[in-house]
Amino acid sequence: MPVYSTVISASIYGVESRLVRVEADVSEGLPSFAMVGYLSTQVKEAQERVRTALKNSGIYLTPKKIAVNLAPADLKKSGTGFDLPIAVAIAAAYGFIENEILKETFIVGELGLNGDVNPVPGIYTMISELKEQGCVRCIVPKENVREAREAGQVEVIGVGSLQEAIVFFQTGKHEKETSYEEQDETGKEKKYKVDFADIQGQEVIKRTAVIAAAGFHNLLMVGPPGAGKSMIAKRIPTILPEMTREEQKEVSKVYSVLGMLKGERKTITERPFRAPHHTISPQALVGGGTIPRPGEVSMAHNGVLFLDELPEFSRETLEVLRQPLEEGKIEISRTAGVCTFPSNIMLIAAMNPCPCGYFPDMNRCHCSHGAIAKYNNKISGPLLDRMDLTIRVNPVSYDDLQESGTPLSSAQMRKQVERAREIQQARYEGTRLRFNADLSSTDMEKYCFLKKEEKDLMKEAFEKLKLSARSYHRILKVSRTIADLSGSEEICQEHIHEAICLRMK
Amino acid sequence: MNWLWLCSLPGIYRKQTGQLLEYYQTPEAIRYAPQKELEQMAFLSDKQKHAILKAQKNMNPEELAYKIERTGIKFISCCENGYPRLLKQISDYPYGLFYKGTLPQEEEHCLGIVGARMCSNYGRKMAAELSEALSDHNISIVSGMAYGIDGNAQAACVSKKGKSYAILGSGVDICYPKEHRELYESIQEHGAVISEYPPGTPVLPMHFPLRNRIISGLSREIIVVEAKKKSGSLITADCALEQGRDIYAVPGRTEDALSEGCNELIAQGAGIITGTEALLQTLGLSTGKSKKREKKNILLATAENMVYICVDSRPRTVQQIARETNLPASEVMSVLGSLVMKGLVQENSGYYSK
Repeated sequence: MPVYSTVISASIYGVESRLVRVEADVSEGLPSFAMVGYLSTQVKEAQERVRTALKNSGIYLTPKKIAVNLAPADLKKSGTGFDLPIAVAIAAAYGFIENEILKETFIVGELGLNGDVNPVPGIYTMISELKEQGCVRCIVPKENVREAREAGQVEVIGVGSLQEAIVFFQTGKHEKETSYEEQDETGKEKKYKVDFADIQGQEVIKRTAVIAAAGFHNLLMVGPPGAGKSMIAKRIPTILPEMTREEQKEVSKVYSVLGMLKGERKTITERPFRAPHHTISPQALVGGGTIPRPGEVSMAHNGVLFLDELPEFSRETLEVLRQPLEEGKIEISRTAGVCTFPSNIMLIAAMNPCPCGYFPDMNRCHCSHGAIAKYNNKISGPLLDRMDLTIRVNPVSYDDLQESGTPLSSAQMRKQVERAREIQQARYEGTRLRFNADLSSTDMEKYCFLKKEEKDLMKEAFEKLKLSARSYHRILKVSRTIADLSGSEEICQEHIHEAICLRMK
Repeated sequence: MNWLWLCSLPGIYRKQTGQLLEYYQTPEAIRYAPQKELEQMAFLSDKQKHAILKAQKNMNPEELAYKIERTGIKFISCCENGYPRLLKQISDYPYGLFYKGTLPQEEEHCLGIVGARMCSNYGRKMAAELSEALSDHNISIVSGMAYGIDGNAQAACVSKKGKSYAILGSGVDICYPKEHRELYESIQEHGAVISEYPPGTPVLPMHFPLRNRIISGLSREIIVVEAKKKSGSLITADCALEQGRDIYAVPGRTEDALSEGCNELIAQGAGIITGTEALLQTLGLSTGKSKKREKKNILLATAENMVYICVDSRPRTVQQIARETNLPASEVMSVLGSLVMKGLVQENSGYYSK
């Protein structure tokens, strides 16, 4: 009879998964159940769940000395996913399961007292890296099967109870569920519930949205309440190009870790749109906790983060945005190590021009000079510096509503965006750059070449409009995108003029 | 010296000082007034009584004089030569003025330009234009150095090397608003910053209506550029009326809240400003010296012209312009960018105007 067994499982750290070996040993001596391996409370509690679940699954454990170790012992383990691997390891140590079959099998799942297997977060992340680790199959909770299938090329076996898992190990049989595959391809059309066609008129905003999407530029909208700022922001993901497989994987990992990939949602295929409320804390925004969890910024990875009422956010909260905006990732240091979360986002912010919202309409605005200055001062310069485009949004007028002709739809706008993106892709082939927004000042010399006339124009703008070096570069970046949109290789005067109109004032 | 002492009493305003002087005749008498008598003055609050008694004990005129001199502040009492004659004529003239710079000369022609803090581009432009033209004719501009019309008028005057006088609602050592530090400094070189409040007096809302009477008191005429109903500028106009000064107002559209005050003044009989030239003529100044307004002969491309015609002095958003011209959004933005660069169109928080 074997007395020792080992099972492969994993723990989530940040958005990465780390393999954990669950070892169980049964020996003669005073009956006891000890678990070691730098465990968090959730994992320690597994003991009771495992013992009872085993009993209720018809496995009788004779009173012996049981020792369980989760290796590597210096990695803090948390989460409830270790219940099932511990139970299987113990069953194997007692001789109910052959050790051989466990070698290439990855197991994860939470147990109920009656032996039911409950879903756990982070499946996508764990499974997507399994193949490289030499596993050929994985046992996951039934509810997580779709997510697991989507993630990697290993065989996925979904179990609803501990009993099922043990039966599989003993006989190699399991309930095959084919129904999943059939549903797969349906519902691919019409992913988004909103469309830019819902907005009548407002061509200026739509044009700005196209420019922002084409170059992945951050956008600031200023306007009175009820101007439709949120309506526009919500529709911006609809004109961004489809996510590539790689991008989908990155986003799915984040959502998986957060336990947001359950049931029908297997992977994230649409670009995320996150709009956190302004009371959000810095930790919730960029991620945090003793074992760091990704925050809203990472949930908006490869998509749009929309901050409505920008000045209402606490200053501290806004300041933490600087690193993710600059580097496209967030590093959170904890005693257990450094976590890196992805955060390649397009920031869209909206704010009122003054506390009452109607400035500079003096017939309606009653804010004092000081009040407006105070309101605008809530946003720090460095953050504003990262907003490439600024546009004034006003409510739709009656004339706009009366305008004939069909309004520009998301599909039409996306076409323009995709074309500009293709040009960018070709241009930045083989570099770390992806879109124009990534251009640094040194890159600009190479990619934003100006002819003599255009150079003179930029010089004139620099002096006349009292530009800072940063805003000068912003105008250049945006001009590049506008030129790409028009399919022009060179940046012309009209492109620069349009960028000047859209500059941060 | 005793005037300085009297004017440096903290928390005692013109009204109370007047009543004290009526009773005691001279500042010296107030300084040595018996405590018992002071305590019976019904028009003084307990706090003010306390302040006077404390000052009687601790405040020494020589020391005060030394202190303010060291910080470059000058003081002049209403009895001294050099106190502006025009100001002395008003009923509630300040008993003393603290100032930095030089006070207006006897024969200097001072004119007040006042208006809203939150003004429009149009108001800003008018204020600067009038102020420039007037300073070309050696007229000094008196105002309150506030945001908006006041500051713009004075900045334009100073830039033309004209003389300007800023009347503050705080001590002259305090620059309010802080953003006008540069203007505050240059006014001291070309004129003076003036206050009736002793140095160190903080900015209080109640000080502003009081200082308005000094603005009109120093000036022969007052021009109101943009004013809402019930605004500080109208208080200045009221003071000017009481003091018998001429009032002029820059007219505006009837629907503009910012011009309501001005239009009302005109309805009540204030002079209407139809243009810089006309104003200079009314003031009896030869127009020969002032240069004729340049006729703008601008050659613009068709699209630019369409947009330029659409933009007028009333601010418009890009969206509005795009609809009116029926040009595509991208083109409108590009054209606006170029017009801004040419200096033909101004932009103010997303609105464009001429």
